[in-house]
Amino acid sequence: MIRACLARLQQKHRTISYPKTAPALPEQYCGRPAINPGLCSAECRECLEVCPTGAVSKEGNALTIDLGRCLFCRQCEQVCPTKAIRFSREYRLAAGSKSDLLVSGDEMKLAQALDKKTKELFGRSLKLRQVSAGGCNACEADTNVLNTVVFDLGRFGIQFAASPRHADGLLVTGPVTENMRLALQKTYEAVADPRIVIAAGACAVSGGPFIGLSPVHHGVDSVIPVDLYIPGCPPHPVTILDGLLRLLGSI
Amino acid sequence: MRRLCCWGGIEMQTPYAVSFRNGQSLAVGEIPVIPIERFRDSVIAAVGGGGRIASFFAVPADGAGVRLYAVLADDGQGTLSVLSCDVQDRYPSLTPDCPQAHLFEREIAEQWGVVPEGHPWLKPVRFHAPFDGRRDVWGRTREQILPSVMKYFQVEGHEVHEVAVGPVHAGIIEPGHFRFQCHGEIVLHLEISLGYQHRGIEEAILRGPEKRLLPFMQTVAGDTSIGHTTAYCQLRESLAGGCVPPKAQAIRGIALELERLANHTGDLGALAGDIGYLPTSSFCGRIRGDFLNMSALLCGNRFGRGLAVPGGVCFDLTPKTAETLAERLTAAKKDVSTAVNLLWNTPSVLARFEDTGVVQSSICRELGMVGVPARACGIAMDCRADFPTGIYQTSPIAVSVWEKGDVFGRAYVRWLEIQKSIDFILGLLASFPEGPIRTEMKPPAPNLFCVSLVEGWRGEICHAAITAADGSFRRYKIVDPSFHNWMGLAMALREQQISDFPLCNKSFNLSYCGHDL
Repeated sequence: MIRACLARLQQKHRTISYPKTAPALPEQYCGRPAINPGLCSAECRECLEVCPTGAVSKEGNALTIDLGRCLFCRQCEQVCPTKAIRFSREYRLAAGSKSDLLVSGDEMKLAQALDKKTKELFGRSLKLRQVSAGGCNACEADTNVLNTVVFDLGRFGIQFAASPRHADGLLVTGPVTENMRLALQKTYEAVADPRIVIAAGACAVSGGPFIGLSPVHHGVDSVIPVDLYIPGCPPHPVTILDGLLRLLGSI
Repeated sequence: MRRLCCWGGIEMQTPYAVSFRNGQSLAVGEIPVIPIERFRDSVIAAVGGGGRIASFFAVPADGAGVRLYAVLADDGQGTLSVLSCDVQDRYPSLTPDCPQAHLFEREIAEQWGVVPEGHPWLKPVRFHAPFDGRRDVWGRTREQILPSVMKYFQVEGHEVHEVAVGPVHAGIIEPGHFRFQCHGEIVLHLEISLGYQHRGIEEAILRGPEKRLLPFMQTVAGDTSIGHTTAYCQLRESLAGGCVPPKAQAIRGIALELERLANHTGDLGALAGDIGYLPTSSFCGRIRGDFLNMSALLCGNRFGRGLAVPGGVCFDLTPKTAETLAERLTAAKKDVSTAVNLLWNTPSVLARFEDTGVVQSSICRELGMVGVPARACGIAMDCRADFPTGIYQTSPIAVSVWEKGDVFGRAYVRWLEIQKSIDFILGLLASFPEGPIRTEMKPPAPNLFCVSLVEGWRGEICHAAITAADGSFRRYKIVDPSFHNWMGLAMALREQQISDFPLCNKSFNLSYCGHDL
């Protein structure tokens, strides 16, 4: 027992003060891309060709990156001869609709809080059931990490519940494999109305690297309606937390 | 060095297998095609003589036929060998005489519609339609192929009952279906049915486009992004005849060990959590994140995505970064030591870990288990030592083993490996190679066969590829260590209390998506 107490002292207080202060992100962190249309030349298509998921599209010299498909691999930035694409350190990426994930400049519309009635219900206590539907365990791991002392998700009134019957909503990862479609639908139906659904990660938003493969669907909203989209491959835990807090109107 | 060899001393005059090294390419034409009877006898003899099936897969041939390839590993010699044979729509199963083949044969049956006759447990593996529109071995239509819909092993009798769990579990965990046959609290048998995570990666690799290959490798099993990507890069570099600068090899080694550190630390924390010992659970959950953040220090991504590419790595390790990494690693070493040593000094922890979920080493060998669960049974196998490539050729790392094959053994091997990995990285950082980090990589050469083994944190990752006449992949076979080990978990549960399942499961911590592909 004395050893456990001494260990506790040595391990110190580790909870980050986010959202009061900005999170510490690694130097090489790759956040939201910013596009400078003025620098883009109309003929060049190098970024479109190199993108593994078809996240980049172009009309004239109007370039758009779909954050829902983006794997943040930075290849478009690397091949761009005019530096029209630049990945910033902006970690706030969650949006309320897929169209808000289309970035063509230096800003995006972040997720809005739930409507007044739903916020009254969930604002102080939100229980989520996590469903992995073809996720590779990276999004799952960085969701799980929110339960550690570093993020201490419980202090925001958010918890992951063991049963959909005890949950107010689902946080889904993965592109939704055909083999998980029915299980996801049944889990959704087991959650009482009103309920919310969060799609976390490129796979869950759009299918990600698996777009177009026959054993998978194209993200969660091809099976059940989604209220919050969190891009990334995988999203940084702070990005997920930021999305959850925005949905609850806490920030 | 390549030679024709004979396993088990059979027919010494007739070479029928080609021996080669990890990461070495050979011409497909060099691999002798032998009759199925001899193929079968050779594999059985090789495995009986201490060899191991690293990979066993089929490549489509004309009509309903396929060519079978078996890749055998000789851990003691550090060599691989491959043999092949042509079969039509059925062949005599190897499994009755060689249990290691059981899941591979089920996989071949499911993918290509080829029946292993006499297989005692012929059931689907991932519940998908056969490749290339071939026939379904179980006679199902496309609509009838539903996950986990198959005949289960059932025990009948007074007070015998069945417990079904999943695919959606209580924690934040991937999906799988578990059927327990119980007598009271005691599990008589556990049958595990997976396939829920099947995304069709093997088929998709063949269809391209090539720019998707790296994202596929990074997401075969997302918690092993570095392991699978390194296996792919090694293979791709061998097929193109390219070499990788020493500095890039060192950076890859650091990344692979950081991946091991993060996952082993997380597992020890989760094991503590499963028995309600919260101090270690809480500390390790946080320290795991520290290791992930060290991977992010290298390349910006906590899972090391975007770091390794064919030809080297994309991010240089500057002296400043190396210094920061060494500082953080030294601090983490202290933290993880305090956190984990609490386990070994707490009698209530040891009482729950010891003698729980025992897998005998004989069972382990019969099933061809790999990685931590195998080393926990006293089997000293580790690709980093047995089949070293890259940095492990010049900076060897010792193998960690334990004897009893219980939850304690699997936990303790992780702890031994954590210590060795930290010292390995600190050692590398102290004398880091200089030079470039990436070389240009040519396209793969045509008609080659190559196998690449990497010791991921779960165990042996095996990627095998055959190139076509135009250099594209004709077949790409991925074996995640979980593929070898899921049956081991089922065996560990026999005669255990069903309430110990979470603890046993966590002590293996196998990948669902790595198995399902």
